[in-house]
Amino acid sequence: MTRALAAVAAIPDDDAAAQKSGMSPRVSHAKPFIAFEKVSVRFGKGDKQVQALAETSLSIHEGDFVALVGPSGCGKSTLLKLVGDLLKPSTGHVFVAGREIGATPIRIGMAYQNPTLLPWLTIRDNVMMPLKIVAPFRSQFRAKRRGEFRDRAEALLAQVGLAGFGDKYPWQLSGGMMQRANLCRALVHEPDLLLLDEPFGALDQFTREELWQIMQELWMAKKTTVLLVTHDLREAAFLANRICVMSARPGRILDDSPVGFARPRSIDMTYEPDFVALNQQLRSLIVAARGGTGIVQAGGH
Amino acid sequence: MDGIMDLVRRKSASIALIIGVFVFWELACLIGGISDIVLPRPTQIIASLIEYWPAIQPHAAQTLFTTLVGFAIGVVIGILFGVGIGSSRLAYDTAYPLLVGISSIPKVAVVPIFVLWFGAGTVPAILTAAIISIFPIVVNVATGIATVEPELEDVMKTLKASKWDILWNVSLPRSMPYFFASLKVAVTLAFVGSVVAETVASNRGIGNMMMVASSTFNVPLVFAGLFILAGLGVGLYALFSIAESRVTGWAHRKDLAVT
Repeated sequence: MTRALAAVAAIPDDDAAAQKSGMSPRVSHAKPFIAFEKVSVRFGKGDKQVQALAETSLSIHEGDFVALVGPSGCGKSTLLKLVGDLLKPSTGHVFVAGREIGATPIRIGMAYQNPTLLPWLTIRDNVMMPLKIVAPFRSQFRAKRRGEFRDRAEALLAQVGLAGFGDKYPWQLSGGMMQRANLCRALVHEPDLLLLDEPFGALDQFTREELWQIMQELWMAKKTTVLLVTHDLREAAFLANRICVMSARPGRILDDSPVGFARPRSIDMTYEPDFVALNQQLRSLIVAARGGTGIVQAGGH
Repeated sequence: MDGIMDLVRRKSASIALIIGVFVFWELACLIGGISDIVLPRPTQIIASLIEYWPAIQPHAAQTLFTTLVGFAIGVVIGILFGVGIGSSRLAYDTAYPLLVGISSIPKVAVVPIFVLWFGAGTVPAILTAAIISIFPIVVNVATGIATVEPELEDVMKTLKASKWDILWNVSLPRSMPYFFASLKVAVTLAFVGSVVAETVASNRGIGNMMMVASSTFNVPLVFAGLFILAGLGVGLYALFSIAESRVTGWAHRKDLAVT
């Protein structure tokens, strides 16, 4: 085990044991924010049935930044959709804030690889869209759209380096800029939980690294609980506090390890031996998970 | 700048083509000695347009009225059906075969039925115009709504947006370019519907006027009717094109960037 991992090595054993029993893990925290209890997902019927997610139990604490990595089609996104209440588990339960999903009044922000900004709205109006929909804000939307809400959107845009772009339309922006605006849209309603599904996957390396740093700043400022699905191991190790490695379909969690690097983390840090070692360790896990053939997408080396 | 010059060049080419066709027509009739009972010359047609204008005008107004009322009914029903069919996979699969069946019936064939039900006159013309313009609108609106990116729908659902929220904020605005594209097609089709109905069963409208004129061998007047129809059709098409570029300019940003 590397030095960086050793710094927080006391926790994972607890965690792993707690997961096996399906009970609340870490003693220091009262209740997990998100808990998967023996959740599995199957698609289709009869012969065509596909098991997307094998029985999985997983707990995530409030304010944690968890990355899910694994081979393509392993059910990472399925896990994300379960938390977003976009998909019902075939068996088991998903609890958020102690209550079954769907019954919880938490606010969720979501961002996909495809920025899906609405082309007929300005960047500012796109960012403000959640305020028009989500409960405590929607009743005030008419009154505050030109005041407080507008300022809030502008402040967020400035934070990601898009100051002055509020009046532009999505097609006037580059891919990286659209993805920044997409992040703003996912954060404007101050979600309790942020779901990211390969949000930086379509960007070039330098833009991606820039966005990692922005993402880190945003997270350090708000400490929102984040669940990040990615196949970029460097991204997972740079951003997350904890990395869950999933197996090939039907997905299960093979490994669950904390990432102990001090924040704020810099891009230079990703070339240091500890970081590289963690990447290699993750990579070998995934190579094994997909049957030891081929090359893992992205990753360290 | 190149773009503007290019636009002028394209426009002037199409205007030159239109004028060229009429000049060719005029000259061909003159040189070939074609009788005006077979094919009147454009100048004769325009002359009869001016001569009979007081008689033509109420017919033109009637046709425009039945077309627009029928078209309006078609638009309302078309949007309702399009939204319904586009928002639900089940509705789409259930209703689509029926719609294709109805749309493949030649609309001329339903005119006698409308006449049977409502008598000859304005109502069958309105209904024929409506029924003929519904289909393209339904198909286009349904397509626009059904092709919303699933990721975007997920984002909206995680915000706990209701179906209505999604429809109003995402699906409907998104289907507007499809809708306006279908309006341009539907309005010209509505003309076909109303004129066909007037020809078969009415004593008013351009269709009826052309029938009467042809039975008295007033061929220039028949062609004058055609010109009126073409003029009305082009006018409405242009009107909806302008509305389209106003409302859905975001979908044609390349054109906007040029002009």
